[in-house]
Amino acid sequence: MPVFNQSRKNVIRLIFIVMFLIIIVRLFSLQVLSSKYKIMADDQGIFRKVVYPDRGLVFDRNKKPILQNTIIYDLMLTPNKLKGIDTTGVCNILGITTDQFNKKVVELIIKNGRARPGIFEPLLNEDKMAMLNESMYRFAPAFYLQERSVRSYPYDAAANVLGYLGEVDTNFLKKYPNDGYVPGDYAGMTGIERTYEKVLMGERGIEYWKRDNKNRLTEKWENGDFDTTAVAGQNLYTSIDIELQQLGEKLMQNKLGAVVALDPKTGGILAMVSAPTYQPSYLTGNQRRKHFSELFLNPALPLLNRTVSAEYPPGSTFKTLQALIGLHEGVIDTRFTVSCSGAFYGCGTGRPMKCLDYGTFDMQHAITLSDNTYFATVMQKVINNPKYPNIDSSLTVWNNYMYAFGLGKKLGVDVPAEKRGMIPTPEYYNKAFGKGKWNYCSFRSVSIGQGEVTTTPLQVANEMAYIANKGWFITPHVVDSIAGGDKFGILEQYRNRHEAMNIPDSIFEVVHNGMQGVIDRGTGAGARVKDIAICGKTGTVENYYRGVKQPNHSFFCAFAPRENPKIAIMCVVENSGRFGGTYAAPIVGLMIEKYLKDSIVDKGRLAQIDRMANLNLIPPRIYAEMRTQDSLRHSKDSAYLLSKGYIKIIKDTVGIEDDEVKKEDMKDVKKEKDDKKNLPNDTIVKVNAILPTEKRKPAVADTSNKTN
Amino acid sequence: MSQHKPVIAKGVDWTMIWLYIAICLIGLVCIISVEYKGTENFVQGLFAFKKNYSKQFFYLGFSAIIAIFILLTDSKFFTATANILYIFGIFLMMLTFVVGKNVNGSHSWIPLGFMNLQPVETCKIFTSLALAKYLSMPDTDFSKTRSQAIAAGICFLPIVFSLLQNETGLALVYFAFLLPMYREGLPAGYLILGASLAVLLVLTLLIPTTHLLIAISKVAVLCIFFMKRKIKRSKNLLVIILSLWGISALFVGVAVPFMFKNVFQKYQADRIFSMVGRDNPYVENNTSQLDTTATAKKKKGDGENYNVKQSKIAIGSGGFAGKGFMKGTQTQGDFVPEQHTDFIFTSLGESFGFIGTTILMLLYLAMLLRMVVLAERQRSTFSRVYAYSVAGILFFHVAVNICMTIGLAPVIGITLPLMSYGGSSLLTFTILIFILIKLDADRQMVLR
Repeated sequence: MPVFNQSRKNVIRLIFIVMFLIIIVRLFSLQVLSSKYKIMADDQGIFRKVVYPDRGLVFDRNKKPILQNTIIYDLMLTPNKLKGIDTTGVCNILGITTDQFNKKVVELIIKNGRARPGIFEPLLNEDKMAMLNESMYRFAPAFYLQERSVRSYPYDAAANVLGYLGEVDTNFLKKYPNDGYVPGDYAGMTGIERTYEKVLMGERGIEYWKRDNKNRLTEKWENGDFDTTAVAGQNLYTSIDIELQQLGEKLMQNKLGAVVALDPKTGGILAMVSAPTYQPSYLTGNQRRKHFSELFLNPALPLLNRTVSAEYPPGSTFKTLQALIGLHEGVIDTRFTVSCSGAFYGCGTGRPMKCLDYGTFDMQHAITLSDNTYFATVMQKVINNPKYPNIDSSLTVWNNYMYAFGLGKKLGVDVPAEKRGMIPTPEYYNKAFGKGKWNYCSFRSVSIGQGEVTTTPLQVANEMAYIANKGWFITPHVVDSIAGGDKFGILEQYRNRHEAMNIPDSIFEVVHNGMQGVIDRGTGAGARVKDIAICGKTGTVENYYRGVKQPNHSFFCAFAPRENPKIAIMCVVENSGRFGGTYAAPIVGLMIEKYLKDSIVDKGRLAQIDRMANLNLIPPRIYAEMRTQDSLRHSKDSAYLLSKGYIKIIKDTVGIEDDEVKKEDMKDVKKEKDDKKNLPNDTIVKVNAILPTEKRKPAVADTSNKTN
Repeated sequence: MSQHKPVIAKGVDWTMIWLYIAICLIGLVCIISVEYKGTENFVQGLFAFKKNYSKQFFYLGFSAIIAIFILLTDSKFFTATANILYIFGIFLMMLTFVVGKNVNGSHSWIPLGFMNLQPVETCKIFTSLALAKYLSMPDTDFSKTRSQAIAAGICFLPIVFSLLQNETGLALVYFAFLLPMYREGLPAGYLILGASLAVLLVLTLLIPTTHLLIAISKVAVLCIFFMKRKIKRSKNLLVIILSLWGISALFVGVAVPFMFKNVFQKYQADRIFSMVGRDNPYVENNTSQLDTTATAKKKKGDGENYNVKQSKIAIGSGGFAGKGFMKGTQTQGDFVPEQHTDFIFTSLGESFGFIGTTILMLLYLAMLLRMVVLAERQRSTFSRVYAYSVAGILFFHVAVNICMTIGLAPVIGITLPLMSYGGSSLLTFTILIFILIKLDADRQMVLR
C-alpha cells in the first residue's frame, strides 16, 4: 500500500514549492516593487531634527547693532515624569490655576504623547524665568528649561524697516515649498527680515535620529554620517543711521505720515520713519499674537509701512520736476515768465486754477513761491509741444521723464510691500474719457502734483536725490553690504546709477536756485538750518476721504548741502492742515541738522524738537474710529477676538503680496462684529481708507486747484 | 557492524544538520539585531543570560546537548515508547490546568524554573510518534474508515486541550498531520475538503456573511450554466453542485455564526476577528458598554491589525538588499510587537532585505524537500510517517508564520521554527528533527 501511494510524494513536494513560491512572490512585491513601506518606515523610524542656526545680526551705518539675538527660555514638560512633582509650585510661579495646569498637560499629551517632552510654556519673561530657575530642582525631571534664540532690538526703533518674524502658515508653505520650511518655523514676514530672509536665516542643520515606538529619540541614525551642521545667518550692514531714525520717530510721534532720508551718493536709506509706529520688541515674546492683533486693528495702521506702501499726490513738490522737463524739452528757457493775475486761465475762464501770489514769475521765483500758474503753463507747453504729433505722444514723452525720475514704477527698494504710485498715461485717459475726448485741460492739475498723480514718500525722497545729484540716482536700499559676501546677488541692483535723461547741469542749477530760495525766502523757511545751504520744496496736498475734503497733507522735501549733497529727505504729515512749510519743513530741518552736524546742541533747537514731538496732529477721525472699535471690542483686550475665532482670519502676519486680501478679511471681521451689535451701518469705518489712495475720478480733478 | 565506529556521526544526514544549524544561527542573528543596541559589551551580554539573545544562545547550547543525546539513543526507544510518551504528553497538557502559568493571556505554560514549557508544543513530538506507531502497526489497514478515524483521533485529541487553553493558533498546527495521513492513503477528498473549509472559514471571517452567501450562490449558478450539457448527460453532477452549494451555504450562514455565538466566548470571537482586522459582527449591540468598545475598536484599527501593518512596514522597508545588520530603524525602534518571537521574520526582512528573506525561504524549502527525500528512503512505515509528520508541522509553521507577517494570513500566535526566540519552540523542533535524523541514520538496521 505505501508503494501504491508513492506518487503522492510529488504532490506533497508540489504543495511545498507552490506555497514557498507564493511567499517569495509576495516578498518580492512587498520589498522590491513597493516603495510605500520604505517611506512609511522612514516616517516613523527616523526623525529629522532641524537644528536652527542663529539668525544674522543687523548693524547701522556706524556699526551699531540694531537687531540682535537674545536667549529666552521655554518651559518644557515630559508628562510621564510628572508623578511626585510639586505642581502647585509651578502653578504659583506661572500664575495659573490647577485646572488650567491640568488642561495644559492634557493638551500637551494629545499633541506630543506622554513620553516626549513638549513646550509647556513658551518664551518665559524675565520674572518668571528667574523664579523658575531658582526652584527648578523641585520640578525636575518632569520640567526643564530649554533655551531659544529670539530677536532683540537694542534701540527699539525702526520697526517698519527691520520687520518682524512670524510663524509660517499654510499659505507661506505653499508659496515657498522648496525652501525647507516646516509648520512651526519662524520666518521674516516684513521689512528686511523678509527681503533678506535667505541671508539671515543661515543654513539649517539636519540631524537624523532614530525614533522608537513611543516617539522618543534614541540615538543618531548611522552615527550622524548624514547630518549637516547648521551655519549661522550672515550679518547685514545697513545704511540706516539709528540715531537719525530715532529722532525721526520722535518727531513723528502723535502724527500720521512718513519721513525718508537718503544718502544721494549711494542711494542708502538713512532713516525711514513711518508714523505711527510700534516698538519692534512688542512683537516678540509670548504675547506676540495678542499684540499683533491689537496693532492690526488700530485704525491708524501702525503696521503699514507708509514710506513705501502709502501713495500720496506729491503736491507742489512735483513742480521741480515740471521745471526740469520744461527746460530740457526746450519749451521754455530760464528767462520765461508767467504773470499770475489771480488764476490760470489757460483752459478758459470756466473754473480757473487759483494762484496766491499776484505778479510776474520767472522759473526761480515760481519755484520759490510755488506758483501754480507758472507750472500749469509749463506743462501745457510740454503737452501741446508742436514737436510731437498728438497729445498721446507728448504725454508719453512726459511719462518717460517721470519714469526716469523714478516715479510711477516700483523703485525696487529692499523693503517689501512697495507700491508703484501712479503716473497717468495716455492709455489711462483714453480709458477714462474715451479716445480723443481729452486734452491738457482735462488733467491740468497734474502739473502741480494733484489729481491722478500719486507717489510714495520713498519716491519723493529719491526724486530729491536725483535733483541733488544733477541727473542720476541709485535705487534706494537699506542694506549696504552682507558680511561674508552677497551669495544671492540681492545687492547687485543697488550698485548701478540710473541716469536716463542727460539733463545738463545748467538746468539743475536753475532749479537748485529756486529750491534754495524756498528755504531762504520762500515757503520753506521752517526748514532753515544755520550754516547749511538747503534746497527744498514744500507741498500742501489736498485730499479727500470718501468724497469729503480732509485737512491738507503737509509735504516737504529737500536735500543738503547744496554743493556735494549728503542727504536727500522728504517728510509728509497726513491731514495736518495748513501748509507744507508749517509742519513738515521744521521736521526736515531738524533731521538735516542732526545728520549733517551729528548732534543738535542748541537749546532753542532742542526745544523745537520737543515742541514738534508733542504736537498732536492725528486727525480726529482716527480717534472717532478708535472709539467705535473699542466699544465694539468690549474692551481693548483682543482676547475677545481670539475667543471668537476671528484670529483665524486676521492671521499672525501681514503678508507682503497679499496685503489687500488681508484687508478684505478685516472688513469681514468688522462687519460680523457690527451685525452682532446691530449698529447702524454708517458707523463702519473702512480701516484702510484714511490713506489718500482712492483714485479720484477725472471729473472731480478740477476741484483740487489750490496749492501752496 | 557499526558498533565499533563512533556512534553519533554514523549514517547521519549532514545536509539536514547543516540546514538546521544555518537556520538556527540566522535566528540568533535576528534576535541580536532586534535587541542589541550597540552600547553594552557584546560578549559579556551574550553570557549574562539577561537579554533574550543571550538566553537564546544558551537554549541553542541546550538544544545541541539534547540533539546529541537523541543521536546516542537507540532508535528502537522511540518506537517502543511512542504510546507511553503520547499519554505523557496528554497528561502534561492536562497538568497545565492545575499548575499552568499565565503568559500573554494563555494558560498553557508549565514553569520549569530555567524556562517555561508549553506542553502543546512538546505534544507535537509525541503525537507524531504516536501516529507513526499506530500507522506502522501490522494490523492497521489505513484504507479502512475505522483506522482513519482512530488516526484522526490521535492527532486531534490535543486540539481539544489547546482550544481549552485558549491557544487557537497552536491547535491549528495539528491539522498538519493531514499530510502524513494523506501520504499513507487518506483519500485526497479529505484534504481538499479540509482545505476548502479552511478557505471558506477565512472568507467568512473576512467578508460579511450576506455578501459571501450571494457570491457562493452566484458561483453555483454559473457552474450550472456552464455545465448545462454535462448536467443533461448525468443528473448526478447537478446534485453534486447543489449539495456543495448547500453545504457551503450552511457552513457560512449557520455553522460559523453558530460557533461564534455559542461555542466561543465573546472575547475569543473578538480576538479572532481582530486578527483579520474586523469588528466582531456577531455581537449584539444592546448594551452601551459594548457600543463603546466597538467604536473604540473602529477608531483603533483602520482595517488592518497594528501588528501586521508594522510588520509589513518593517519587511517592506528592507528593500532588495536590506538596511544592514542592526541598522533596521523599525526593529530597533520596537515598532513591531512580539518581534523577537512570532515576528522575528520582520527583523530579517528589514536588515537583509529581499535577498535575506529569499535565502531563508530557500533554506526552509531545502529542509522540507530533504525531509521528503529522507521519508521516502525509509524502509519502515514508522520512520516514513514520522518524517512526513515533521515535514507537515514544519511546513505549517513556516508557511503560516511568514504569511501572517506579510499580511497573507490572520495573526495566530505560532512561531517561526528554529528562528523565533523561546526555548520551548526551539527545543521542540530540535527534538522533532533530530529524532528524524536518528531514525534515518538507523534506517538500514531497523526493519519493521
